[in-house]
Amino acid sequence: MNAREKILGRIRNAQARTNGAAVTATHTEAVASHLALHPRGPLPPHPDNLLARFKECALKLSSDVLETGDRKEVPTLLARYLNERNLPVSGVCWPSLAGLPWSTAGLDMQPRPAKNQDLVGVTGAFCAIAETGTLMLLSGTETPATTSLLPETHVAVLDPRRIVAAMEDAWDLLRREYKQPPRAVNFISGPSRTADIEQTVTLGAHGPYRVLLILAPA
Amino acid sequence: MQNTSVDFERQVTIKLADAKLQQALSRLQSRFVEGRAAVISEISDFEETRSAAAAIRDRVLNDLEHWLMHFEQQATARGAIVHWAETAADVNRIVTEIAALHGVRTAAKSKSMVSEECGLNDALELAGVTVMETDLGEYILQLAHEAPSHIVAPVVHKNKEEISDLFAEKHQLPRKTGIAELCREAREVLRPAFLNADMGISGANFLVAETGSALIVTNEGNGRLVTTLPRVHVAITGIEKVVPTLEDVTTLLRLLPRSATGQSITNYVSVLTGNKNKEDHDGPEHFHIILLDNGRSSLIGGEMQEMLRCIRCGACMNHCPVYQNIGGHAYGWVYPGPMGSILTPLLGGLEKSPDLPNASTLCGACAVVCPVKIPLPDLLRKLREKQMERGMKSRRETLSLKAWAWLALHPPVYALATKFGVRMMSLLGGKNKLLHTLPGASGWTDGRDFPAPEGLTFREMYQRRNRQ
Ligand code: SF4
Repeated sequence: MNAREKILGRIRNAQARTNGAAVTATHTEAVASHLALHPRGPLPPHPDNLLARFKECALKLSSDVLETGDRKEVPTLLARYLNERNLPVSGVCWPSLAGLPWSTAGLDMQPRPAKNQDLVGVTGAFCAIAETGTLMLLSGTETPATTSLLPETHVAVLDPRRIVAAMEDAWDLLRREYKQPPRAVNFISGPSRTADIEQTVTLGAHGPYRVLLILAPA
Repeated sequence: MQNTSVDFERQVTIKLADAKLQQALSRLQSRFVEGRAAVISEISDFEETRSAAAAIRDRVLNDLEHWLMHFEQQATARGAIVHWAETAADVNRIVTEIAALHGVRTAAKSKSMVSEECGLNDALELAGVTVMETDLGEYILQLAHEAPSHIVAPVVHKNKEEISDLFAEKHQLPRKTGIAELCREAREVLRPAFLNADMGISGANFLVAETGSALIVTNEGNGRLVTTLPRVHVAITGIEKVVPTLEDVTTLLRLLPRSATGQSITNYVSVLTGNKNKEDHDGPEHFHIILLDNGRSSLIGGEMQEMLRCIRCGACMNHCPVYQNIGGHAYGWVYPGPMGSILTPLLGGLEKSPDLPNASTLCGACAVVCPVKIPLPDLLRKLREKQMERGMKSRRETLSLKAWAWLALHPPVYALATKFGVRMMSLLGGKNKLLHTLPGASGWTDGRDFPAPEGLTFREMYQRRNRQ
């Protein structure tokens, strides 16, 4: 017998002892129906204003937030943000954002996955969650995971209409638009941080030091 | 990791006298305990959410075989390879074999308590694989050759000065004193480790049966790096970590970071499913998931099964007056505090940890804060009963309990004995009404004075009141 059979066998025997032996068929059904229904647990109250709630929570997580009604304005907003902080004005962006007028705003954003040297990474987002001020990013060929991870500054361009109330709503959106989750679903809630030394929170551990959210309709 | 919990009593004496440790532990109180208190109010019905979380864990544990099989099927369908390990040694063997199969020479590792259970790093080093811990706390411990003393804040026992000295010595760089500078230095030293590693090793906070995914929560981003950059990813976790659906795991996520560090959500929550597509620019080509038993299956269907609900948040230790005073190392294995006092004897053998079930005042704080409502004091009490049944208590303890039982069954003698005892102690207490030593109870009075009883016994007062 291999390890798998031994472990599962021990569990089966133990459960037969407590549950009575003849439950296999009903259990398989119970498993299937729970999976099919995937019921939600207790939810926080639905916020009256998703956008306001999202911004409030994102700021609490030390993300920066900018807004514009016109997606073409995104490069100008970003250029101002970077210049004000004396940050480098070149980096990488997701290919889907390559069409924005970066160079007009004085920025050099290469549409490719991030490497170690890249200091600014611009991504989109699958959606965002108002409950905690969190971004949801899906990995993929056109949406590399490194862009939000290796650079010191992560900029996410987000359509405010893609803000949902809770993580449960984000899962529903994922189920609606994709058959199955991609290799990596990454929920990002502000700049990376550590509190390992003397339980003192320090921003910028192994991931970005700062996260800028630019809300702009697609 | 070797289980040295048999040495508990001696360790406690050492830890209580360690002033630096005492100061370090006080920080847990202010950050984690107060942080948790502030942030649980964000959830409108915290108690309802706790009950839902406990029910989710019970649903899995009551039918673990089916949920594990469903998880395996889904994970395999997405290209992950699922391994089963009966013991810690099996995990080490499997990881070593995976490393050999893929020609791995260096591995970058994010925090995994299950790998600490196994002593995986030593096994890999023996096989010629260089392992780099990348969680800041675990990295510090790797440099210092120490074990974690907390499951969430592994290096809570060390202060910033010690870490400054350690970095200056090991990195051969000018000594930094600020916490931010120390973090920056570790980031710069560790970046190449991520970029060059052939294999990433992580734990998994949960396994989602619905999608065959491993879910990892981190704050530093190292968990994302080790599961994104290296060409091989190995996730190691316990068989009990399965959760049915994405909705179920979301309910648990509302509680885990809040209970652990007082955060509404950790910086990163990564849900990892299968390996990369050919066209993808990042992600591992090979994704291995190792499911460890190591004694867990023996708890299924028994009176200790509730312990397997544990989601490793650490709240029970943060709130435990015993942990708060002695820290994690005294417990002698990977898991300290109330959950460790139960898990260590259950997974490692009650004989090897005779003191741990007794290392609790049964004040109940742990059960009040546990996000999955594990009745920790009840489980501790059950372990004590087992010790009694198996004749594992000391002769003195057994004798004194027998004597007490006899007294309790003979009320007139009991009344006389307490009356006499109370008068004696009251006399001995003197002017300050404090007893500095008590025959047979030096364990108590060595560390503190015992307030001498005053006046009448309860029975005497009760009789007097009835007469009035
Ligand atoms: S026993 Fe409860 S409180 Fe303690 S670590 Fe586990 S889940 Fe957290």
